[in-house]
Amino acid sequence: MNLEEIKSEIEANVPGCRLEIIPNGSPSGQHSLLIDADHAFAVSSYLRDATNRQFDYCSNVTGIDWPIKEISTKVKTKKIVDGMEKDVDEVVKTQTGGYLEAVYHLFSVEQRQGPLVLRMRTEDRTERVHLPSLTPLWRSAEYQEREIFDLFGIVFDGHPDLRRLLMWEGFEDHPMRRDYVDPDDYEYEPTAHDEVLKRAQAHQAAEGGL
Amino acid sequence: MDEQLKSELRRQGVVATSLQELYNWGRRSSLWPLNFGLACCAIEMIAATMARYDLARFGAEVFRPSPRQADLMIVAGTVTKKMAPQVVRLYNQMPEPKYVISMGACAISGGPFKQGYNVLKGIDRYIPVDVYIPGCPPRPEALIDAFLMLQKKIDEQYLTGPNRPRHLNADLPSEFVVPEFSAHDLVPTQNSEVWKAPLVNISIAGKNESGRN
Repeated sequence: MNLEEIKSEIEANVPGCRLEIIPNGSPSGQHSLLIDADHAFAVSSYLRDATNRQFDYCSNVTGIDWPIKEISTKVKTKKIVDGMEKDVDEVVKTQTGGYLEAVYHLFSVEQRQGPLVLRMRTEDRTERVHLPSLTPLWRSAEYQEREIFDLFGIVFDGHPDLRRLLMWEGFEDHPMRRDYVDPDDYEYEPTAHDEVLKRAQAHQAAEGGL
Repeated sequence: MDEQLKSELRRQGVVATSLQELYNWGRRSSLWPLNFGLACCAIEMIAATMARYDLARFGAEVFRPSPRQADLMIVAGTVTKKMAPQVVRLYNQMPEPKYVISMGACAISGGPFKQGYNVLKGIDRYIPVDVYIPGCPPRPEALIDAFLMLQKKIDEQYLTGPNRPRHLNADLPSEFVVPEFSAHDLVPTQNSEVWKAPLVNISIAGKNESGRN
C-alpha cells in the first residue's frame, strides 16, 4: 500500500482537499495522512466507497494533545561586526503544536490492506476544537469519538450521541490533556516518590505541615 | 460459666450457652454477601463461591441481588469516582448489621490506578471497612481467610457495654454521606467521620540514610 499513490488518487477524486503525508521516522515507518477538517468527510467517504480501496473497517480512533512548544535552533549567519564580516550563531525560535489531533486507523478487509492512518487537526486547543465526525461512515468510531470528546475535548460535529463516556456529566476538565491538573488529594501517600512525593509535600505544606 | 465446665457438660449431652454466643453464632454462620463486583477481583470472588473453593462451607454461599437482603458487601475491584456514589448508596440500603470486605489493592487504596484521574483512593474514605485483603487480585483462599477473620470478629462482639457494635448503638450512624459529582472531583472527597489520613512522615522520603538527596 503506497501512501503517495493514495494521496494523489484522493486529490484527483476529491477536488479542493488539502492532504499532507506525515512521515514516521521509526523502523515501522508507518506514515500517516493528514487531512483537512473541511474535506475530511468527503475524503473518508471516498476511501470507504472507492472500488479499489474499500476501507470498510475502522479499527481504532484515538486523540493526541499537542501543546504549544517552542523550538530554538541555531542558524549560522554572516554579520558585519566592527566593519568585519564574521560568522555568528543566531538563535531562531519557532513554535509547533497548539492543536488537538484525532487519529483513525483504517483497514480494508475486502482488499486485505491496511492500516491506513488518517489524522485530523483542530485549529487550536481551546475555542476552535470542532472536527467532523466519521461515525456516519464507520459505526465503530462512535464510542471512541465519545471517549476523545470526554478525555481531550474535541467536539465531533455530526456525531449521533456526543456525551461524556468515562467521566460524569458536569465534569469540566479533559484528563488526557497535557496540562490537566488532577485534584489535590495527596493527603495519604505511604510510599511516595518522584512526582507523587512532590505533590504530597506540597499538599502537606498547604495543610500546615506535620 | 467457665469453659471447662461447659465442655464437660457438652460431653454429657448438655449444651450450655449464652445469648451473646448464640446471637453471634447465628450471625457469623449466615453471612450473605451482596451480589456485586467491580473488576477482576470479582472473578476471584466468583471462583471462591464455586465448587473448587466452595464458600458455602462457611455459610456465605447465598449471594443476594438486593442490598435489602445482604449482610456483607465485598468491594471487589477498582472503585472509580463515577461508581463511588452508587457503592455508598448500596451500602446505605443494606440493613444493619452489615459488614464490608475491601478486596484487592484497588478497593484498599486505588492500587495500580491510584494516581489515575478517575479512581477513588480506597473505598474506606466513604464507608467503614471491616477486613482488608491485599493482592492484585487476591486468591480465593485469601477471600476465605477474610471470611474466617470476619467471623472471628463477629464472634468476639459484645451485645452490651461501650464496645458493642454499631448496629446495637443507636448513637452511631448506619448511613453515610453519598458523594456527589462536581466540576473537578467528588464532593466531599472523603467522609471525615469514617476516615482520617494516617500520619505519614514524608519529609524523609526520597532521601538516603545520611539525610541528603
